[in-house]
Amino acid sequence: MADPMKIRAQMKGDVAEVRVLMAHAMETGQRKDNAGNLVPAHFIQQVTVEVGGKLVIQGQTGTSVSRNPVFAFKVKGAKAGDKVVVNWVDNKGDKRTDEAAIAA
Amino acid sequence: MDTMRRQLLKGAGATGALAAALAAGLLKPTQVLASEWNRTAFEAKESPAVLKALGASGSSDSKDLQLKAPEIAENGAVVPVEVISNIPNTISIAVLVDKNPFPLSAAFDFANGAVPEISVRLKLGQTSVVKAVAKTADGKFYTAQKEVKVTVGGCGG
Repeated sequence: MADPMKIRAQMKGDVAEVRVLMAHAMETGQRKDNAGNLVPAHFIQQVTVEVGGKLVIQGQTGTSVSRNPVFAFKVKGAKAGDKVVVNWVDNKGDKRTDEAAIAA
Repeated sequence: MDTMRRQLLKGAGATGALAAALAAGLLKPTQVLASEWNRTAFEAKESPAVLKALGASGSSDSKDLQLKAPEIAENGAVVPVEVISNIPNTISIAVLVDKNPFPLSAAFDFANGAVPEISVRLKLGQTSVVKAVAKTADGKFYTAQKEVKVTVGGCGG
């Protein structure tokens, strides 16, 4: 199981700002290790974000997203205390779901 | 490609999407299908092919689509890119790096009050034009682009 995500969600006026840091190597499949062997691609492909039980963001990512991806989103109509659930799935089928509450 | 793994992956993706749909309680089956990883677009090696795979070949530049990226990136491995769409009814934003081996970096769909804004950190193998593509609810596509100069590449070693 991968390391937990760091999720920060905070209300700014009537908009909730959500920042997510995912711990993932995001190997491109182009890099070689010290012995000169290609490191196989291993990267997050799908990301979903739910706020207050509603799916708000559905993302697909490729190999050119940086290692330990950071994404930031804004969601209208959310309120402090709403639960933010973030989920990712990578190309090897590994997945991780983490949640946080929106701070006031 | 390892077919077993493909199948597992598809299964995992579908289950996740289904669970999300059930939790949301308002997704139609077509939207669940749309969540499958767009292999054609992500594995295209040239930007025009990516745009074609996204159905965005006939896109036009728009001033209402803002792409924020540094002029010069000291480290190509982590280039912060922000895309803000002021185009009404934007439902989706994709980000491309022209000169990367696979230009399509990320694509996001917005629903249920999500603001069409996205900030990500991308790898740039070399100096390249970064493109943003926004899709509106009526199926129109708009683009914005900016060149980012890279002094140290982010791919390979």
